[in-house]
Amino acid sequence: MTPVEIREEILDILGDIAPDEDLGGLVDETNFRDQLELDSMDFLDIVMELRKRYRVQIPEEDYENLASMASTVAYLEPVMKDMQKN
Amino acid sequence: MSGLAAGIRAAYFDQRVCILERHTTIGGLNSFYRLGGRDYDVGLHAVTNFTSKGHKRGPLALLLRQLRLRWDDFSLAPQIGSSIVFPGVQMDFNNDIDLLKSEISRAFPAEKDNFEGLLGRLLDYDDLEQADYDVSARQVLEETLGDPLLIEMLLCPVMWYGNSRENDMDFAQFCIMFRSIFLEGFARPFSGVRLILRLLVRKFRALGGELKLRCGVSRIAVEDERAVGVVLDNGEELQGHKILSSAGMVETLRLCDDLTEPAESSVGQLSFTETISILDRQPRQLNHEKTIVFYNDSEKFHWCKPVDGLVDTRTGVICSPNNFKYPRSDGELSDGVIRITSLASFDRWNQLDPDSYLLEKQKWYDRVTEVAVDYIPEFRNCVIDTDMFTPTTIRRFTWHDNGAVYGAVDKQLDGTTHLKNLFLCGTDQGYVGIVGTIVSGISMANRHLLRGSD
Repeated sequence: MTPVEIREEILDILGDIAPDEDLGGLVDETNFRDQLELDSMDFLDIVMELRKRYRVQIPEEDYENLASMASTVAYLEPVMKDMQKN
Repeated sequence: MSGLAAGIRAAYFDQRVCILERHTTIGGLNSFYRLGGRDYDVGLHAVTNFTSKGHKRGPLALLLRQLRLRWDDFSLAPQIGSSIVFPGVQMDFNNDIDLLKSEISRAFPAEKDNFEGLLGRLLDYDDLEQADYDVSARQVLEETLGDPLLIEMLLCPVMWYGNSRENDMDFAQFCIMFRSIFLEGFARPFSGVRLILRLLVRKFRALGGELKLRCGVSRIAVEDERAVGVVLDNGEELQGHKILSSAGMVETLRLCDDLTEPAESSVGQLSFTETISILDRQPRQLNHEKTIVFYNDSEKFHWCKPVDGLVDTRTGVICSPNNFKYPRSDGELSDGVIRITSLASFDRWNQLDPDSYLLEKQKWYDRVTEVAVDYIPEFRNCVIDTDMFTPTTIRRFTWHDNGAVYGAVDKQLDGTTHLKNLFLCGTDQGYVGIVGTIVSGISMANRHLLRGSD
């Protein structure tokens, strides 16, 4: 998957996790926490959804890489480069 | 209900889940039943933690996101308004905190700023730590508020909805309950708790989860400090990697076949009777429009199991499920209903022989309703049917020791047990009420069932 596709997938996941959030104005460089009203449990779901959809396993010590869209895409790019978007 | 919520989380993330329910129907302490052609809710007076559609913060919004449900699915109608009634003082409140603030300004003018101070001291859900559970709510209130009567009046609904500890309350629990009652609020689905339960079951099954009713677990099989499976009452054995129990801490440990000694426990001591009166008219036709009335007959609020006797009517909760702002399209509940809850002694009810039990139920129905009409309009001449449950009823249908509605005094917040793969959810883990118990199931599933590799 390309970074663009990964970004789309994360947006899709966020849309599933928080359907009431307006993701249209999401700023990639800003932390999710600072622009979305999500609980720590919701953030765990990003990890869970990636595992569910793509069998991606993210160790707990790497969770901090998922703080923003930009950092999430950068972290996942090497992990998901050989995968096909669902 | 906590088990169903946990099951949904696990099943959604592709785990193979089986829920085993001892009873003929789902819901446990938050169940429902049918009698004489009428539907009754067991636990539900109101769903607390009510926030309106689109509101993103708080436990209700969180559980909807976590279970992938929509706000509309719960069909929550807000309360009309409730009261706290002590001798000579009444304070009304509703789902807008401004009403309570203005009531405090009116009834306790010297406490107006102190109350703001209390609101400022309330810990947010995410900020609660174990240490906050060891702080006395009464102490914090005494430091913050100057009028002892106001303290008692605020503690009354907060303890009723609910506190598993007698007399005092953990400050953390106080914060949770204060927020859920006063800063969020009360609501109810028109068709009661069964709507929520059916929603959860449908979701669970649609995700591939298996729900088995009338399947009581009689034993948890243990090998090498791990639970390997369960044995049902009918002898059938089921194996699993992890077990999550909402039966209660002591009740669960009792099932473990590696434990021969009864567990040291802080089993809940608080149970209740509840009288249910069906009326031939809507309560508002009797000029009763209050959703919930919390009453107390003296300046001091006593929160403990009855010192003597079967029931303590010094305090109580009077709930009218009719008095919610249901959408016009739903109409009105078919009957008027008045539910009155009182503190009761499990031990003394449990000791009664069957004939005495029936007589005492009748006697206490009359006593409880007699006290209630000091606080709400006379309704007894409109009663067409009644039901009543006691602590032993609760024990019989939920299997919780002592009929302890609010669970153990000391909660097992992390949900762990002596076994690496046996966990707890529900009232003994930490949260009570419908929203609370669902959040409990979700958190324990997240923490114990979903973490780690497949």
